[in-house]
Amino acid sequence: MKSIKRILKELFKDPMGRIGLIGVVLIIMLSVLAPVISTHDITEMYTQDKLREPCGEYLFGTDNYGRDVFSRIIYGARVSLEVGIISVGIAAIFGLIFGVISGYFEGWVDNLIMRFMDILFAFPSILLALFIVSALGPSIANTMIAIGIVNTPVFTRTVRASVISVKSTEYITSARSIGLKPASIILKHIIPNILSPFTVQITLALSGAILTEASMSFLGLGIQPPDPSWGSMLNESRKYMEIAPWLAVFPAVFIICTILSFNILGDSLRDVLDPKLKL
Amino acid sequence: MSRVLLEVENLKTYFPVKEGVFKKTTGYVHAVDDVSFKVNEQETFALVGESGCGKSTTGMSILRLIEPTAGSVLFEGQDVLKLSAEELRKKRRDMQLIFQNPYSSLNPRMTVKRLMEEPLKTHFKMSQKELDEQVFQTADKVGISKDQLERYPHQFSGGQRQRISIARAIISRPRFVVADEPVSALDVSIQSQILNLLIQLQMDLKLTYIFISHDLNVVRHLSNSVAVMYLGRIVETGLSEEIFKNPMHPYTQALLSAVPSKDPLNKKKRIILQGDVPSPVNPPEGCPVFARCNRAMDVCKQQRPVLKAMSGTHRTACHLY
Repeated sequence: MKSIKRILKELFKDPMGRIGLIGVVLIIMLSVLAPVISTHDITEMYTQDKLREPCGEYLFGTDNYGRDVFSRIIYGARVSLEVGIISVGIAAIFGLIFGVISGYFEGWVDNLIMRFMDILFAFPSILLALFIVSALGPSIANTMIAIGIVNTPVFTRTVRASVISVKSTEYITSARSIGLKPASIILKHIIPNILSPFTVQITLALSGAILTEASMSFLGLGIQPPDPSWGSMLNESRKYMEIAPWLAVFPAVFIICTILSFNILGDSLRDVLDPKLKL
Repeated sequence: MSRVLLEVENLKTYFPVKEGVFKKTTGYVHAVDDVSFKVNEQETFALVGESGCGKSTTGMSILRLIEPTAGSVLFEGQDVLKLSAEELRKKRRDMQLIFQNPYSSLNPRMTVKRLMEEPLKTHFKMSQKELDEQVFQTADKVGISKDQLERYPHQFSGGQRQRISIARAIISRPRFVVADEPVSALDVSIQSQILNLLIQLQMDLKLTYIFISHDLNVVRHLSNSVAVMYLGRIVETGLSEEIFKNPMHPYTQALLSAVPSKDPLNKKKRIILQGDVPSPVNPPEGCPVFARCNRAMDVCKQQRPVLKAMSGTHRTACHLY
């Protein structure tokens, strides 16, 4: 495994990787430093300043309740990242477990797991997420669970495919000939060798998860008001699009930049971690 | 005459050929087809043959890294094929494998030290101090210096990697090692070093080898007995000197005539085999070598020859005798 320092160095050498890395770091800093950066309370309604244009006092203007859009967007980054990381974490853990079992043992276990994943795969992800949330009830935790479940099949497939390719290598035969237990073979020989595609999948899934959260919030089944979310802000802005376009523009720009940063970072990370995958 | 350590009897390894939507088995690849031989303690038994003749599969089947279809493998009188998974796992301490390709047989994510410790950690309960001691000792034995132990496999050359691979195989003090073409992936200049290392280790650790190779010069150099394989079967077997001095089977004669001579002026007459190896899915009914043999007779087409004793331990499967 290349050291993290070297990976970062190589990422920085690639111009696209640099853009992605800077973008992701900025978003993380934004959400961590949200209390410091934000200029107003996010739920405070300045009733005399409804639908104000962007100005010195309200950097991104105010919405129809007179809330500061800038502060809400900063806190929205927090929500987006939180949902992204936790839901991708859920998907990654379950994907790893199912994928390794499926790929290593094959046979009927593999068939059972993969056919179940195929069923999940058959639904459009938004539809499945909406279905799960409407069954569990809309809340931030349920949104995370739903997005996690939706992303699990992708991870399972990625992990399974890598496990199968690693399993056929000679060093796994070597581990078997030494007399290692299957658990040790999996933990010491297989998992360390599938980490590259796994890490890449995590970065790519993060952007997908953030987008799904935004879409769900836009449809009203994600983050519930008054918590700020880029998706729900976009949804609320629709009614005032003609008189207050900044309400739509700023959340949209942030969604685009975030997704783009994660995607670029993921692509670049794939090139760095696994030169063989480069097209 | 020394004691028999390993006895392989009627070993068969077939791979099903599956076709169609429902994965129906339509036939079997007869990779190893009724192979029997004995290996004496502290001797080297060589399996030779062209690629695809089943020599590696035979080695892997003996170690049960590929499950054989039928037969028995008696290791000190105990049938390895009847061991349970856990018994087999423990038995592996005594039976090791050296791989052909040192570039793919070492986990790229592990340091040399961890690679070498692994067999010990698996089979013995040792303190870190004992582990270190064993690793240093073995590293010294195979010619890897102490300060290289924290490096990763990709930082080594092919020959050094093969040394690491050998260290990994012998560190648990096995009695029996299958060496699957251990030098054919290496540069010629390195080959002799590794071969000498294997010979040295055999003497020091009282090892018994099955040496799989297609390089007859190498085999002549280090083996006590030889079995020539063709299409999953042994066509001729015996002591090394018997086979090399007096090859009986036309196939062995052809193989030996293809060995490059040390003297470039000495132009031997080569026996060129016609055609290709028949498909192991539907092996011919008669002698497997029939289609390519320069001395084929009518009987060879119908009847499969069995191994017949010629002289001493020398046996060959050919209708000529």
